[in-house]
Amino acid sequence: MAIDYTQRIPNNVDLSSDRRLQRALENWQPRFLDWWRTMGPDGTSNFDVYLRTAISADANGWANFGYVKMPDYRWGIFLAGQDPNRVIAYGDNKGKPAWQEVPGELRSTLRRLIVTQGDTEPASVEQQRLLGKTAPSLYDLRNVFQINCEEGRHLWAMVYLLHAYFGRDGREEAEMLLERHSGDPDKPRILGAFNEKTPDWLSFFMFTYFTDRDGKYQLASLAESGFDPLARSCRFMLIEEAHHMFVGESGVQRIVQRTCELMKEHKTDDVRAFGAIDLATIQKYLNFHFSVSLDLFGQEASTNAANYYTMGVKGRYLETRIGDDHVLTGSTFDIDTVEDGRIVRKTVPALASLNERLRNDYVEDCAKGLRLWNKVIADAGLDFELKLPHRAFNRRIGAFSEIHVSPDGAVMSAEEWKASAHKWLPTDEDRAYVTSLMGPAVIEPGKFANWIAPPVRGINNQPANFEYVRFN
Amino acid sequence: MADALIDFRTQPSRYKHWKLSTEKGVAYLTMDVNEDGGLRPGYKLKLNSYDLGVDIELADAIQRLRFEHPEIGAVVIRSQRDRIFCSGANINMLGLSSHDHKVNFCKFTNETRLAIEDATEHSDQTYICSINGIAAGGGYELALACDQILLADDGSSAVSLPELPLLAVLPGTGGLTRLVDKRLVRRDHADFFCTTAEGLRGKRAQQWRLVDKLIPPSKLADETKKIAEDVARKSKRPKDAKGIALPDVERTFDGDTLRYPHLTVEIDRERRAAHFRLGGPTAPAPADAAAVHAQGAAFWPLALARALDDAMMHLRLNETEIGTWVLHSQGDPAAVEAFDALLAREASNWLVREIVLYWKRTLKRLDVSSRSLIALVEPGSCFAGTLLELVLAADRSYMLDGVFEGSNLPAATIRLTGMNFGPYPMGNGLTRLATRFLAEPEHVDVLKKDIGQALDSGQCDDLGLVTFTPDDIDWEDEVRLAIEERAGFSPDGLIGMESNLRFAGPETMETKIFARLSAWQNWIFQRPNATGPEGALKLYGTGKQAKYDRKRA
Repeated sequence: MAIDYTQRIPNNVDLSSDRRLQRALENWQPRFLDWWRTMGPDGTSNFDVYLRTAISADANGWANFGYVKMPDYRWGIFLAGQDPNRVIAYGDNKGKPAWQEVPGELRSTLRRLIVTQGDTEPASVEQQRLLGKTAPSLYDLRNVFQINCEEGRHLWAMVYLLHAYFGRDGREEAEMLLERHSGDPDKPRILGAFNEKTPDWLSFFMFTYFTDRDGKYQLASLAESGFDPLARSCRFMLIEEAHHMFVGESGVQRIVQRTCELMKEHKTDDVRAFGAIDLATIQKYLNFHFSVSLDLFGQEASTNAANYYTMGVKGRYLETRIGDDHVLTGSTFDIDTVEDGRIVRKTVPALASLNERLRNDYVEDCAKGLRLWNKVIADAGLDFELKLPHRAFNRRIGAFSEIHVSPDGAVMSAEEWKASAHKWLPTDEDRAYVTSLMGPAVIEPGKFANWIAPPVRGINNQPANFEYVRFN
Repeated sequence: MADALIDFRTQPSRYKHWKLSTEKGVAYLTMDVNEDGGLRPGYKLKLNSYDLGVDIELADAIQRLRFEHPEIGAVVIRSQRDRIFCSGANINMLGLSSHDHKVNFCKFTNETRLAIEDATEHSDQTYICSINGIAAGGGYELALACDQILLADDGSSAVSLPELPLLAVLPGTGGLTRLVDKRLVRRDHADFFCTTAEGLRGKRAQQWRLVDKLIPPSKLADETKKIAEDVARKSKRPKDAKGIALPDVERTFDGDTLRYPHLTVEIDRERRAAHFRLGGPTAPAPADAAAVHAQGAAFWPLALARALDDAMMHLRLNETEIGTWVLHSQGDPAAVEAFDALLAREASNWLVREIVLYWKRTLKRLDVSSRSLIALVEPGSCFAGTLLELVLAADRSYMLDGVFEGSNLPAATIRLTGMNFGPYPMGNGLTRLATRFLAEPEHVDVLKKDIGQALDSGQCDDLGLVTFTPDDIDWEDEVRLAIEERAGFSPDGLIGMESNLRFAGPETMETKIFARLSAWQNWIFQRPNATGPEGALKLYGTGKQAKYDRKRA
């Protein structure tokens, strides 16, 4: 008997009226569930998890809380509300009505963008599939599950676009999104950072703070897309992405807080003796995750980014709020780059430097969280400051990948850099220590692992000892 | 400022972009293009993209493997770079290059691709391409020249010909022709493939015959090795033979004269002509293949072919305004005939076979050179057999009737040998004689009866082997006028006319590749839709969108 997918798949895209699309999604859904069972959070299908489920795209609908078994999560398809008068804000097509269908000549470009974005969503679920085993509390366990479900929903959002607008190629791409796996040597995920492991919770919080924030900026640029269904999908996804970054920001903050408490209590910097993570190690993790996330923005000079902009498929962050001509063919932009082994400031065509511009917006945004974390340290009366490393530090992509730069921006030889790298990036020993803290999951309501402080507030204002996950 | 001289002579110890290694009968040609190693300043060879310099090394490696490595039965072309095989010809380089450099570059890369196919087909040195990532444009065309294409099956490795959608031009190295003529890809599939910038990957690439085999990336290196070793085992190349070394071709510049051991090229700038003076053998033909082997690169036919090849490449790239090549020879025709007899007698020897195949390719290089070719058969010349092919390749030939007054040089004669009737086919698959006498195929059989005869100018005229046979009264003016007249015509017009007339007879994949290459280069490449201020090629990389003149011409 046919399942009623219009009930199973909450949506605001009038799915019930489109038989063809329904059939396509009917075919895809069992594959998705198979993937979730084999590659999603390990051994969790029977848990009841206190999750937020979006059931519509309006203010009341996107945050419905209740206990859900994750395989039964209602992965829905939501697009932000449509503005019937929306026009493309930039590029050669500036001022023309936004496209409701994919323009033929942009078909493969848009497909590639959607696939690249879509590929990161299941990738991070795969990267995080073992974290539940070592959760520092029920609260944190629930949060990682919430993120996993929402990444799953973001995958649905991209798959919906592929199915609805890209024909057979789109369906094939949708299947490939489930066939590539993070870290798989034969079928890796598209972007390098999504093939790395997320081995511990400090890495997880750093990842959600820094790498998901890259996701925010990519989504925000795609939310400016002239292809309206993509723009509307991304706008809704941004609401959920904000929660992921909140988990990262508050997670690091709670670790810092716990570390400061122990530093004060024992009047020492070496909190490892007391089972917490020292500030110096936190700084090293921060250096690592910030630098690899910067690479996700791509080359400083990018033909692709310029083409996307000119064609109207991907804009700048908050495009409509920028006060310029939104065409940029005659404009320039100042970027830092490398010349004769030195970092120099250069004026370059604005169109070619859109990646760098987005990276600037991102760096500025990253700095905000650090102010919060440093306030915790300052409030504890401690003399230490977490810092974002220089953007040229530890880069693998772009002009800076050619040189060796310390976190404070000093250019040096490869030998000097290697000799000091242990001071800047987590060493095997640091990682082993952090891993050693990741004991069995703390599953007693209201209890927290020793190395992290409780949150200020519970999810949906629940009390501290709330049972976020029932194991059954 | 004049561009630095382009030198085609190289060897593995000087390669900047390739690594050549051999193991168990298999050679591995590994591409790792040095971004900063471009032939000229102004562009970076990113993502394993190539320029002429990269292809000169490839051509050298292909040539060396044939002569220096008789034990090698299979050659693997692969990339050193993670998830990138090769992204084709460098676009910025094309943007900075003059039209003639682009055309010369494409012609040379085409000759190199054909050399790969020639090695596979005739030398039993089979090329296998192992693609570990993106193979775009010229990168996939390089793969197309190989006998087998292996593709990593990782969901992202793809083959593509994005020239039309991205740059508004066409693949320049025979890509379109090889798709449908060699790999027999269905034309509708090819149509879709060539309009999809990102190309195809995985199952569909295989089902559509774009690649032969899909291999998981973790097994790609080992599987490639296994396949290549299997192929190498089946090759009939002599596994225990020793190769001969190919040292740098010796040459010296003396003003406008370029000297090689058996060839001198004199440039007459006023008439925009280069006089090639080929020297006949300076010693008798050795007795057998073993003796040929002992002489190695100094063996006269090989030394001369290498000199001629290098001279042609030098003039094509570095002397673009020298529009007419005048072909002379000097020596004893009987001695040349003796060398031809040796080549025929020892045809089954691997080294002799390579030398004959090399002459075949060198003569083809002459056929497709965009220069007017005029052969002068003068007293004292030695246009016999192999060297006679140059006269037959020429657009026009003059043979002196009689002798010059006051000269003791013997009257010019021409000799046919067996080499004129098979071993040196043109791109169209026919011998130069068969192509010359398309109207009367039986005439070629008649000519066979004259093999070994010293044919004088009257006989050559009767037999149709030369164009004109002026006597010493008319000679100087006739020849001078022919060369001066040539220098006065439009070079573009001449190139078009000559290449239309040179390749009569059947079409082959090879003739199609060169014919279509010149058609598209001289038309599509020149049209504003590609190279105008708002053309796609011009704007590539700027983020600006091309504006097309939508009229279909």
